[in-house]
Amino acid sequence: MKENFSKQLLSQIEKNPNRQILHVLVNGEYVHLTYSELLLGAKKYQFALDQAGILSTDVVILILMHGLDLIYAYFGTILNGSIPSIMPYLTEKLFPDKYKQDLRALIDITKPKAVITYKEFIQEIGFIENFKPSIKAVVLTEDVSQLTVSEEEVGRMPGVTQDPEHIALLQHSSGTTGLQKGVALSHRAIFNQLESYQNALALKDNDVIVSWLPLYHDMGLIAGFMMPLLSSIPLVLLSPFDWVRAPYKMMRAINDFKGTLCWLPNFAYNFCAKKIRDRDLAGIDLSSLRAVINCSEPMRFDSHEMFYNRFKEYGFKSEAFATSYAMAENVFAVTQGGIDQPVTYDEIDLASFQEKNIAVPPEGNRRSIKMVSAGKPIPNVNIKIVDKNGTSLPDRNIGEIIISSNCMLTEYYKRKDATEEVFINGWFKTGDLGYIAEEELYISGRKKDLIIVGGKNIYPKDIETIAMEVKGVHPGRVVAFGIYNNLKGTEDVVVIAEIEEELLGEKEKIADLIRKRVTIKSAVALRNVLTVNKKWLIKTSSGKIARALNKVKYLQEVQG
Amino acid sequence: MKKEEIIESLKNKIANEILNIPQKQIEKDEPIISSGLIDSFSLVDLALLVEDTYGVRIEDTELNSDVFDNLDQLAGIIISRIK
Repeated sequence: MKENFSKQLLSQIEKNPNRQILHVLVNGEYVHLTYSELLLGAKKYQFALDQAGILSTDVVILILMHGLDLIYAYFGTILNGSIPSIMPYLTEKLFPDKYKQDLRALIDITKPKAVITYKEFIQEIGFIENFKPSIKAVVLTEDVSQLTVSEEEVGRMPGVTQDPEHIALLQHSSGTTGLQKGVALSHRAIFNQLESYQNALALKDNDVIVSWLPLYHDMGLIAGFMMPLLSSIPLVLLSPFDWVRAPYKMMRAINDFKGTLCWLPNFAYNFCAKKIRDRDLAGIDLSSLRAVINCSEPMRFDSHEMFYNRFKEYGFKSEAFATSYAMAENVFAVTQGGIDQPVTYDEIDLASFQEKNIAVPPEGNRRSIKMVSAGKPIPNVNIKIVDKNGTSLPDRNIGEIIISSNCMLTEYYKRKDATEEVFINGWFKTGDLGYIAEEELYISGRKKDLIIVGGKNIYPKDIETIAMEVKGVHPGRVVAFGIYNNLKGTEDVVVIAEIEEELLGEKEKIADLIRKRVTIKSAVALRNVLTVNKKWLIKTSSGKIARALNKVKYLQEVQG
Repeated sequence: MKKEEIIESLKNKIANEILNIPQKQIEKDEPIISSGLIDSFSLVDLALLVEDTYGVRIEDTELNSDVFDNLDQLAGIIISRIK
């Protein structure tokens, strides 16, 4: 029966119309939704799209805050057979220029036929008008809430006839570069992922998922939204906006709803451990948790330890630690570890790791590092570690991770060039580096110069381009990279810029201008901006600025 | 406690403990939230800092630029809640 999302959702609704499937925190109170109520809310959006002439092959961009409207609009788009894609909402009215630029990048490539948003937002952003007639309809939540849908209309769902190979949804990562590369996933790919992943998780009827993760990232969208709702597992949903201001609310949700599963990026372990007051945890019991899955940025043993020490007295069990390696291109999970068995940690020799690219136990008293296993491939995924020439490497040799599965992306939407680049003989090149030991995967780094801050992907090129716009900075003489911050459990972003000789007296001022401009145009807070004289940055023989080499120089000369 | 003293102390603490840019001079009317100077991950640090220093609780729902957006406004809230 699982041919497409609409059919699957309708079959769940038919089986359990009155099952409370969703608990959403709205303005400090939980709203509880049954499957029937979810359908009714979604139906209104489907009806509005249908009325506006939006077809099943059309992309619909959702620009909404986390909350009921986003949930209804998402499923409404699906029930219409159209392809939803969530664009993060402009929170706090921060950085409108950057936002418009991102939106334009997204619209130019994706060519959506409709946008669903608020009346106020349209006034704010204004320029959507410029994209007509490409955008046929702007659907406003205020209008949708006024709609009444007749009895006979309720049963009509164009989405149920959707072909399983049809694209079900698009996922983008953040920033200009990310928004220009939408991961297109078919219904079949997503069902294949869910079937396999539920197996790996040993998902049970009495599981309860708690999530505050943004729905515009794979972890939030698949693990913390689609999987529970399509599989009839109750979901407790908080918004990232609420969580980041009051992380204790997640702990309270776990206590109140007896949460069993949640997914967190590594920094969130540190964040929760450090930023919750004792009084906000009074009476809380976390013993219902059977898996807290670390995913989406490099995983650290220290972060687990910090979390455990903070929450053990509240019933948190160390067996609940779990890990996963995931990516939108594979729908979500590639591996899963720590379910029904402890997470494996692997202590390896630092020098061999850095100099010889091998991961072996340390000899004697030599320096070592503790690697966190990402677990084993989930049942439908194959993994290989390969060298530069694509040749498979033996266990404990570090190389690029390539994967094959029956849940890969259909394409980067309307980006044939980008799609062709990432496949080699049917295998997907992840760009991540790692090794395999005793059948488990360890991620050791990245081939591509991606920075991950709080689970969000940041492309250094986006940051460098902005920094170069500052007066006094040499065009092409800027480098951005991430360095791990132990306390935060995630990366800090560092920018080094070469400036004009005669401006060296104003280097602090220029650094401040770079910091401000990058924040305004990319919403990335910079940890350190270093303005230096010409020739500070190391160039490769071909004249390009080498990020990795300059990072090493920074760590040695500046951080000491 | 005088407002000016509170502003001065907030300036130093925020630059040192939250931003980690000790040389940063924050003006008392400079936007700190809407400018992104204090990013969303650090808002809760600001609330903790204020509570630890002055015993004044800033609720999570108040951590947005509509409630306060510069040191002058934040100091005003602190003074109105001290005691």
